[in-house]
Amino acid sequence: MDPGRSADGRISGPGQSAGLPNPAADWEGSAGPAPGSQGAGASRRPVAGLGPSAGQGTDEGQVRGTGQGLSAGQGTVGGNGPGTPLLSLRHAAKAFGAVHAVVDGSIDLYGGEVHGLVGENGAGKSTLVKILAGVHPPDSGELLVGNVPAALPSPAAAQDAGIAVIYQEPTLFPDLTAAENIFMGRQPLRRGRRIDARKMREQARELFGRLGVRLDPGRICRGLSIADQQIIEIAKALSLEAKIIVMDEPTAALSAAEVNRLFDVARTLRASGAAVLFISHRLEEVFEICQRVTVMRDGRHVLTSELPGLTADDLVRAMVGRKLDERVAGGRGAPGERVLKVERLTREGAFIDVSFDVRAGEIVAMSGLVGSGRSEVARAIFGIDSYDAGSVTVRERPLRKSSPTSAMAAGVGFVPEDRRQQGLVMEMSVQQNMALASLGRLRHAGLISGKSERDFAADWALKLRIKFGRLTDPVSQLSGGNQQKVVLAKWLGRNPSLLIVDEPTRGIDIATKAEVHRLLSELARNGVAILMISSELPEVLRVGDRILVMREGRLVGEYPRSDASEEKIMSAATGQLGGQPR
Amino acid sequence: MSTILAPPREPSGAPAEAGSRRLTERVFRVRETGIIAVLGLFVLITALIQPRFVSSSNIQFILVDTAVYALVALGETMVIITRNVDLSVQSVLALSAYLSAGLFGHVHGIPIPVVFLAGLGIGLAFGAANGLMVSLGRVPSLVVTLATLYIIQGIDILVVGGNEVVASSLPAGFVDIPNVTILGIPWLAIAVAAVIGAGAYYLRSFRSGRELYAIGSNPDGARLAGIPVARRVFTAFTLCGGIAGVGGVLWAAQYQTINTSAGGTNFSLIVIAAVVVGGVAIFGGSGSAVGAAIGALLLGTINVALDVLGISDFWDQAIAGFLLLLAITLDRGISVRLAAALRKRGARHAA
Repeated sequence: MDPGRSADGRISGPGQSAGLPNPAADWEGSAGPAPGSQGAGASRRPVAGLGPSAGQGTDEGQVRGTGQGLSAGQGTVGGNGPGTPLLSLRHAAKAFGAVHAVVDGSIDLYGGEVHGLVGENGAGKSTLVKILAGVHPPDSGELLVGNVPAALPSPAAAQDAGIAVIYQEPTLFPDLTAAENIFMGRQPLRRGRRIDARKMREQARELFGRLGVRLDPGRICRGLSIADQQIIEIAKALSLEAKIIVMDEPTAALSAAEVNRLFDVARTLRASGAAVLFISHRLEEVFEICQRVTVMRDGRHVLTSELPGLTADDLVRAMVGRKLDERVAGGRGAPGERVLKVERLTREGAFIDVSFDVRAGEIVAMSGLVGSGRSEVARAIFGIDSYDAGSVTVRERPLRKSSPTSAMAAGVGFVPEDRRQQGLVMEMSVQQNMALASLGRLRHAGLISGKSERDFAADWALKLRIKFGRLTDPVSQLSGGNQQKVVLAKWLGRNPSLLIVDEPTRGIDIATKAEVHRLLSELARNGVAILMISSELPEVLRVGDRILVMREGRLVGEYPRSDASEEKIMSAATGQLGGQPR
Repeated sequence: MSTILAPPREPSGAPAEAGSRRLTERVFRVRETGIIAVLGLFVLITALIQPRFVSSSNIQFILVDTAVYALVALGETMVIITRNVDLSVQSVLALSAYLSAGLFGHVHGIPIPVVFLAGLGIGLAFGAANGLMVSLGRVPSLVVTLATLYIIQGIDILVVGGNEVVASSLPAGFVDIPNVTILGIPWLAIAVAAVIGAGAYYLRSFRSGRELYAIGSNPDGARLAGIPVARRVFTAFTLCGGIAGVGGVLWAAQYQTINTSAGGTNFSLIVIAAVVVGGVAIFGGSGSAVGAAIGALLLGTINVALDVLGISDFWDQAIAGFLLLLAITLDRGISVRLAAALRKRGARHAA
């Protein structure tokens, strides 16, 4: 029986109602510590509890559970005495400019355990992984590898420290063979420093055998499934004799059979005394494979616990654990006529059978985990990507497949996820960027009139309160929030009837964020239909009139704002508890 | 409820795996064998129309005529495999041809091997300059080598001016190089084939050779894997320059009158065309030096065949261009089709 399912029906557990001043306390109430998990084990591990800097009025739970039983049970592991973590990261912090990705990240990994790491999008999991991978050295904090302080300034240093990272999408050399990918730079040699290709293939075959998979070592990697590519990365980790194997959302792109195979491999690694850090959004997988779990939220360590005794409900609440009082009252009338109608839209490998509509004056928020197919749906609607089946209709007129021109002609605007790469031409000026989508109307006798471009830009800059030096400055000099406003202005200048915004406030400071929200709200009030994709639950709940949830390429839930909660959305997005299947 | 949310997924079927494997393998074999098939077909058709085409003297002529292109294609292959390009080989070749052959006039009785070493040294120096700018300066190789193509051409014009090296100043042993045959096969072709074989073996069987492929296949991945990317790219450019330098000496031996027009105005592009037609991916990561040499042989054969058939030279270039387009379209088509096939296969598994 899948332990995750035991959580069914527990959605209305304690602390579910609005306002969680101290969610961690709630959590402690509902899930007691595993028997015998406190005491010696906890005191030996200084990670317990958060530093005084935790702040935010959430005096969160303390680390508990212990790997002691596990590693003791496995006997001496990799030369470390039982109970000594193979790796221990304490109070790590990492900021990218003004964005604090990890504020207080702590984790202990013991030999012989599979350790789950869960949290919402943006909780800092991936940054933590990159700290361990040596990609992003932390700004502060302490790292112990085998109880010895260590620094990981580069991927090579992490590799030397016995840490191997398997990414969701492996970074293989597609033109080289599986065996070469495993042994690149370390190929077995024969006389004259020549590569011993046969020995290399044999060693690769032997590694695949240890992992219990059948893969041809002489096969070129281009065209391998993601699952097989991950197997190659794991084989590489084995050949490096890595003691700590980090898997960053390895199952996101795998089928059920492939997931099972990966889990068998993880169990093999665990039995051999390695520590596996397993990151996944699918909680049932965490329950299936992990012995302990760590939850992160807003860049902070929230809890570490042994899994037995926890329910999926407990984990979801620890992941969300935010005050829910940030909603903004709607204040808009009933939505008008239907503007966008998406019917049974399918793009193989990206999303399946997606149907919904958006009405004039309505903001529909699309939620779901990264990789659930939200952005892909938006791109297909606007015609950037093609689709295999289904239809898109705007104001009762069908849109041509894969034609952004047709979408624009029908009055659709699209603010993409990645504004630096897709939303703006960074070298061009503020006014040129704003005018980009309206050049047809700023034209006099075939030439762009500088004056009308300037007037157009000045007008919108005023309306959106964009802060800039001069309109002729390159747009790259603006702050992220103001850049986003430029992208919005670009589309608003066309008077769109439907505006699709993908992650409109990513990497934007709080004040500008609120302004963008107000702006979207105002547009809806003026009759624009808005489809907003967002990973931030508070934003979804604050701005959306209706909330759609996607998971693994399917639309799995739809909630009116009055009926939505972070727990419900998170549960539907992770496949826990149910939500409301349509 | 969970079952509604997460419909059971089909296990990944063995037939699909096998199918995709067959597909990719077939695709990659096409690249290797296609070029040989085209060459064979071309020779066959031409021979049927004009049997003289396969006479031993004509074959000898084709082999000698192709040798320098095939040799320089080896160096160009090393560069292209790393996802770079060297446009400057033609001016390196021209300058090396003039300076090294000129040595016979300046230093009386200079041994021929020393002249070859001089050509090699000139080429290595320019290659190293290219390599430094690309690997350390992080300037795209297309720009760097376009610039050095013209800079070295400028130096060539300054140095050569209105002068030229004339055949009479060259020793008999030197000008005879293209004419010596062993068992009816030109010595030059054998020597060039041996060098290409050695180069291909290096690329295939040595760590640093494989790392060139890794760099071109996935530059970021190469950095993550701890490959010294800058050093390898520098080496590839240096070797490419050196080979072009030696090519210049051979050019001098073959044509004997060397002025500023040595190498012709099109040499670099012909070499790059040969490399790409020979199955080396223009975006790096795959292909072999042997394939590139066969590509050079194909272009050389076409050139001579059209001559033999009495077809205008215009068609020679047009056909070379057509082959190039075909090779690149094939390359692009393969990767697009492969990506689509994979996406759908993944979808079937997840569905």
